[in-house]
Amino acid sequence: MKNIQFTSLSIAVFAASISTGVAADSVKTTQAEIVMKASFKDRGQAKVDRLNQDETQRLCSQYPDNRPKEIAKRIEAINLKLMKYPADGKLLGDWKEGEKIAQSGVGKQFSDDPAQPAGGNCYACHQLTKEEISFGNIGPSLYNYGKLRGNTDAIQKYTFGKIYNAEAYSACSNMPRFGHNGILTEAQIKNVTALLLDPDSPVNK
Amino acid sequence: MPYFKRTALAITLVAASLTGALFAATSSAQGNSGDATIKEIEKYRQALGDGNPAELWEARGEVIWKKPRGPRNVSFELCDIGLGPGKVKGAYAVLPKYFADTDKVEDLESRLVTCMVMLQGFKYEDAMKSPFGSPERKSDIEALVAFVTAESRGLKMNVIGNHPKEKEAFDIGKAMFFHRGGPHDFGCVTCHGADKQRIRLQDLPNLTNKQQAQRAYTSWPAYRVSQGEVRSFQWRLFDCFRQQRFPELEFTSQGSIALTTYLAKNANGGVLSAPSIKR
Ligand code: HEC
Ligand code: HEC
Repeated sequence: MKNIQFTSLSIAVFAASISTGVAADSVKTTQAEIVMKASFKDRGQAKVDRLNQDETQRLCSQYPDNRPKEIAKRIEAINLKLMKYPADGKLLGDWKEGEKIAQSGVGKQFSDDPAQPAGGNCYACHQLTKEEISFGNIGPSLYNYGKLRGNTDAIQKYTFGKIYNAEAYSACSNMPRFGHNGILTEAQIKNVTALLLDPDSPVNK
Repeated sequence: MPYFKRTALAITLVAASLTGALFAATSSAQGNSGDATIKEIEKYRQALGDGNPAELWEARGEVIWKKPRGPRNVSFELCDIGLGPGKVKGAYAVLPKYFADTDKVEDLESRLVTCMVMLQGFKYEDAMKSPFGSPERKSDIEALVAFVTAESRGLKMNVIGNHPKEKEAFDIGKAMFFHRGGPHDFGCVTCHGADKQRIRLQDLPNLTNKQQAQRAYTSWPAYRVSQGEVRSFQWRLFDCFRQQRFPELEFTSQGSIALTTYLAKNANGGVLSAPSIKR
């Protein structure tokens, strides 16, 4: 019953946008957004407002591939501006804690307990250590990351920044913006940065 | 946290049966040695394929289908799920489609609800009560879905999609597929937009590729070994949205039907093998 109402609403909006001369593509997006909002309900920590997109998400949805260079640059610039480095200047934490965070896939799903800290689930997408054989491949292998890159200040800064906000370095990356979007805390990001860069970490063995 | 437990169980299941083979394949590798892994997972899938408990759901669904039910005491045998009243064989292959009586595009699940309300006289709330079953409370909808889809096994997907509302649904579904959002910036396309991607050890079909889209769509609904239940396509979408960190996709909502329309039409020509069996 609800569905029928929303169909006519979306048609009304559709018509309205045509008459004001909005480009066909954005009309479709608007209509789809209205339908989407009517098709989900709040559950646990996952509220319907999660469907609202920031500019990065909107542009990446609009240009899933063949993205114009200017758009990619704009996305990276927006995100670079929002980067926050730790006030104490220290970028490396404890790699052992980092390994636990990399293993944990808990967090932000409506089936997760919001009182528990979220994990980074890095292994879902990356190879990190030789010991963990259950790893995904959406991202590149990070095995020996620190050994290959070195542990310089510049690499530390890049690595912390990449985990904090992946979009600052590659527009529309499939990697979540762990710091920017509040998935991981600053302390947690320091720990995974150490997992990648600490010479004692199994990543670099 | 039932979902987390199930995922963990499933991973253990796969991991246990694969560890030996995988260890040899991956321990020497520096990069991503995807191929050996995929082959092993495929073997495991085939092993699961002999004997499918989904038959129990199919049989239960057939009984429900033929039994007079609801305040009006009518059976589903008068229900039009796509090819006319009472026609089951081949119907799943043409869904979702536009239905004049509701003036809506509907998928199988939504059509079952429609018939329960319009034909059998159930209250809408009651018809919507248990879309997904659990060991404590079996779902009639999932049993009916198993029965109806089994009747289309071996047939080719053939969604026409020429009606303006069908076209509209397809376009909305497509936009939903590429819509990235939520705390993880995920969209369907994040996990299903490229070939040979894996999350941990689970392979992810590239749903923008015709063959893979056909293979994925035509194997649902499926009996999930890790859950001991037959799961409908609506459940598949519901659970992927959970992993996408989105809120709950409402059962039979316009958006869920739109996304199904997009995926079903892209699977046209694929041969239905559902209900299949999955890890
Ligand atoms: C859903 C997938 C996904 C998850 C989860 C993920 N990543 Fe990534 N990651 C990627 C992809 C894709 C790339 C390559 C594209 C890019 O650079 O953004 C990448 C790139 C990187 C890079 C840059 C590598 C280079 O050569 O410069 C680092 C460092 C990294 N990830 C670390 C992490 C860490 C640490 C975590 C967990 C806290 C993590 N990633 C979780 C997908 C993911
Ligand atoms: C964060 C990752 C992720 C996202 C986002 C995601 N999926 Fe999935 N999807 C998976 C995984 C993992 C599987 C395999 C599940 C399994 O075997 O348990 C899967 C399986 C599927 C399948 C069944 C494939 C088969 O052959 O059995 C379909 C269809 C599907 N997803 C569609 C979608 C759609 C549509 C969306 C967007 C609403 C989506 N997925 C979003 C991870 C994801």
